Amino acid sequence: MTTAALDRVAYRQSRARRSTLIALVSTVVFAAVLLVAVTSSPGWPRVRESFFNLRIGWDSLPALLEGLWLNVRVLIVCQVLILIFGLGLAAVRTLRGPVWFPLRALATGYVDLFRGLPLLICLYLVGFGLPGLRLSGLPNDPVLLGGLALVLIYSAYVAEVFRAGIESVHPSQLAAAKSLGLNHRRTMQLVVLPQATRRVTPALLNDFVALQKDCGLISVLGAVDAVRAAQIQAATTYNFTPYVVAGLLFVALAIPSARLADWAANRVATRQGAL
Amino acid sequence: MNQPVPVLSVRGLTKAYHDRAVLTGVDLDVAEHQVVVLIGASGSGKSTLLRCVDLLEDVDDGQILLDGRDISDPRIDADEARQAMGMVFQSFNLFPHMTALANVALAPRVVHGSSRRDAEERGRELLSRVGLSSHADSYPDKLSGGQQQRVAIARALAYEPRLLLLDEITSALDPELVGEVLTLVGELAAAGRTIVMATHEMAFARDVADTVCFLDGGRIVESGPAAEVLTTPREDRTRQFLQRFTGGR
Repeated sequence: MTTAALDRVAYRQSRARRSTLIALVSTVVFAAVLLVAVTSSPGWPRVRESFFNLRIGWDSLPALLEGLWLNVRVLIVCQVLILIFGLGLAAVRTLRGPVWFPLRALATGYVDLFRGLPLLICLYLVGFGLPGLRLSGLPNDPVLLGGLALVLIYSAYVAEVFRAGIESVHPSQLAAAKSLGLNHRRTMQLVVLPQATRRVTPALLNDFVALQKDCGLISVLGAVDAVRAAQIQAATTYNFTPYVVAGLLFVALAIPSARLADWAANRVATRQGAL
Repeated sequence: MNQPVPVLSVRGLTKAYHDRAVLTGVDLDVAEHQVVVLIGASGSGKSTLLRCVDLLEDVDDGQILLDGRDISDPRIDADEARQAMGMVFQSFNLFPHMTALANVALAPRVVHGSSRRDAEERGRELLSRVGLSSHADSYPDKLSGGQQQRVAIARALAYEPRLLLLDEITSALDPELVGEVLTLVGELAAAGRTIVMATHEMAFARDVADTVCFLDGGRIVESGPAAEVLTTPREDRTRQFLQRFTGGR
């Protein structure tokens, strides 16, 4: 290497070290200021006692974890159902031919309705309305009804994500598939949907992170999930710490999903950059 | 002696997008083993003609006969009619989520009922014929433009179509990659394929084409043997186009 090249390398390395150092100092100062501002506030001793009581937090952990396990199970079952219904709805909306008009119209109406309806209202209507009909065979388990409400709402969102993916496949891909003699069904199945699902994976994972915490809303129907368990613990201890612990548990649950979403988005970006 | 039925016969083809006429009465006959090259300025209707023949566009008026059967009749099954034709596009249009081999084996497997093994064996054979046997398992985005276009040609040949339609297949390629694709098309022509090709490669047209058609304003203004049309054109418009073309180079 020439001296000029060595000089450049040395300069860049010193710049990089400097940047790391500045970032470190800045973070420490920022954290210290925040800490001092919070702990020096007049209400801090009371807040620490009622929100960050380590003893109560530790004692409530088993009940909260048991509740969280219910959330995780609801989440997994709902995710599978939402993927199936969402993809089905999106596929129905791309059907052609006059025979399918009623189905298309129904799917469009469904998406319009459940994308606009607030989740909480849907939960109340499904959770209290369906059992109120007193039909035999209808479940009145709050977990099932809450899961149903989640599936109803999220399927509409996911259907739109899938549809956006389907429409993002370039018409030249359709022309190529047609020119090979593939019919519409085969073209969708083998050419359009595989490309569409790859493209929407980051957006889907993002929706699932949102679903993860919305699973906590089934507690309004009385299901004893992490949120409800925290409520019970808070009521017996007259302390808010269980809520904080439950919140942290949800965050911990969401972080792997969020990283997975980042990773998927990154992978799609590099793949498309290579195209 | 009876005149054999041409593979492709286009009669009075008209096509308009909204109010803009793109084809205004095209007549064209392509006999078996013949190579017909379409030349003409951008917007003269070359691509639209090819897309109409492959039934990728709805035809307004006129007829398209493939082996004597009217495939432009809206009552026939267009998916089935397309199975007798292979098309190669300007921008390759390979399926990016499939390997080169899967691209080539798709139609034989899905449309023509070959077993996966037969389709892949034939696919490998075709890929080696276009000089890409070592790239069978590569994805399209890992291939150069010229390689992608050769895969696209192999894909269009995989089900032995009666007619090969090539739509400006070298226009999106870097100059140094044009040769490898044109050499391949020359080999296909020599092997007796029936080909209709839109191109701006005049030297190639002169060497390979049996017939050259000059399109202008949505109709074929002049057609004849390649040497005649390209060197001693009868029509003024052909002459002007060729002059502009060679002058512009």
